[in-house]
Amino acid sequence: MSMIMGLNHPNSGSVTISGKKYKDLRWPMREVGGLLEARAIHPGRSAYAHLWSLAQYGGITKSRVDEVLELVGLTSVAKRRVGKFSLGMGQRLGIAGALLGDPAVILLDEPVNGLDPEGIRWTRSLCRDLAAEGRTVLISSHLMAEMARTADQLVLIGKGRLIAELSVDDFVACSSKQSFKVRAANLDLLIPALEDAGALTLREPNSCLTVMNLSAEAIGELALEQQNALYELTDLSSLEDAFMELTEGAVEYRAS
Amino acid sequence: MTTTLLIRDDVTESNSRAGLRCALRGEWTKFWSLRSAGWSVFALALVTYGLCYLSTNALRSQARIDDPIMRVLVGFNFGQFVMGVLGVLFLSSEYSTGQIRSTVAAMPRPGIVLGAKAIVVGGVGLALGEVLSFSTYFLGRFILSGHASQISISQPGILRVLIESGIDLAIVGLIGLGIASIVRSSAASLSIFTSVMLVLTVVLFAMPGVIVHDMSRYLPANISSTIFASTTPSQLQGTPLFSPLIGLLIIALYAVVLLAVGGWMMTRRDT
Repeated sequence: MSMIMGLNHPNSGSVTISGKKYKDLRWPMREVGGLLEARAIHPGRSAYAHLWSLAQYGGITKSRVDEVLELVGLTSVAKRRVGKFSLGMGQRLGIAGALLGDPAVILLDEPVNGLDPEGIRWTRSLCRDLAAEGRTVLISSHLMAEMARTADQLVLIGKGRLIAELSVDDFVACSSKQSFKVRAANLDLLIPALEDAGALTLREPNSCLTVMNLSAEAIGELALEQQNALYELTDLSSLEDAFMELTEGAVEYRAS
Repeated sequence: MTTTLLIRDDVTESNSRAGLRCALRGEWTKFWSLRSAGWSVFALALVTYGLCYLSTNALRSQARIDDPIMRVLVGFNFGQFVMGVLGVLFLSSEYSTGQIRSTVAAMPRPGIVLGAKAIVVGGVGLALGEVLSFSTYFLGRFILSGHASQISISQPGILRVLIESGIDLAIVGLIGLGIASIVRSSAASLSIFTSVMLVLTVVLFAMPGVIVHDMSRYLPANISSTIFASTTPSQLQGTPLFSPLIGLLIIALYAVVLLAVGGWMMTRRDT
């Protein structure tokens, strides 16, 4: 997300938004709104001064500052210094900053981390409302269950690699069903056959495959039909477990 | 959501994209919305007027005072540090708090952010410097009234000292900002700033050798000492010095080089 907003430079490749690099956008704040860190805000400034300075950067009116403060429910504490804010208030202020330019694309990095249940619910319904207004809302999160309730479309990324892209409906359908870890002699041949049979497949980097929506028997028989040797067919109980399995090699730091 | 008045009408009419003008407005708001700004201005005035009073009043008992304007403006030697620290913190605090990411997200060309900050620091420093130098002059003149050594703006060199001292204050603020744009960390920037301004002078004078002898006149502290005096010595403790105007141009060059390198690095490095 930092790369999308031009804060970090990718080692290779590039990111464009509506066909333009972020830094080439004429009014970046009016096209993309980002909450990249819980507190990318100077604690010594009031919430109002923080938003007003950002608004000036984007050529945005003072009345819009009042409007976003109202929207996130910080109007009564707008003159208070940000350093005195709770985590949830800081998060709301960050979201207010992202919404200043009334952008069509909104990027939220871990928006519910450390929030109380009320804050999580507020953030979720705000995201749904923003999406319902026709905006694109891209959220990154490690909380699978929360994303299942918030998002429409899921993109799973581990260690910088795209692991899977699927809709939440598929995710929900699959997470209650069994899934299997499959290794075979020729995966490229097997994948289309499995998908024709109605399975969902997630390809892993280390030549493994996660197959959902299909029984172990069906997978084995399909492979046999193709004369495709199966090396492994392991039962995974749910997609969250499958996700864990998928990302096992992809998580950089974990508790032992 | 109702968004009736989203965009400033004066901006949409005249600007085609977010640029220096918008950045300047934002940075101006940022500068004055921290408590440290007000306190720094207060400290600057207190130090300048306070030291002027102490130094000038103590000199009244002497029959004759060498270069009274230098004694009147003695507080500027300390005021420089206040301004430099202000310049450093204006940027380095954004890195330490993470604010810089909000700033660069709003203006993805960091060179423009730094440019806007430089104009704010330079402008505030210049305005403050000139107001302080002229008002301190009047304070000193008042304290010295009736004394044998009087100061007057009509005396040779006095007007130059007053004008250039204000400019010096602005440039030192920009040097602080420039160091912060390269180093980023507040602690490191501040220690480098004070080393260059203060410690280096002491170190150089302690070391013998022709190279050191030639180098010491390039030090900001030695340049400032000529700027704050109306009767400029051509050398200090045996080392040659630049004339005040050349000195001013040299420290301005330092600030420009530091800011140029910093602006380039801000564009190249991750934020």
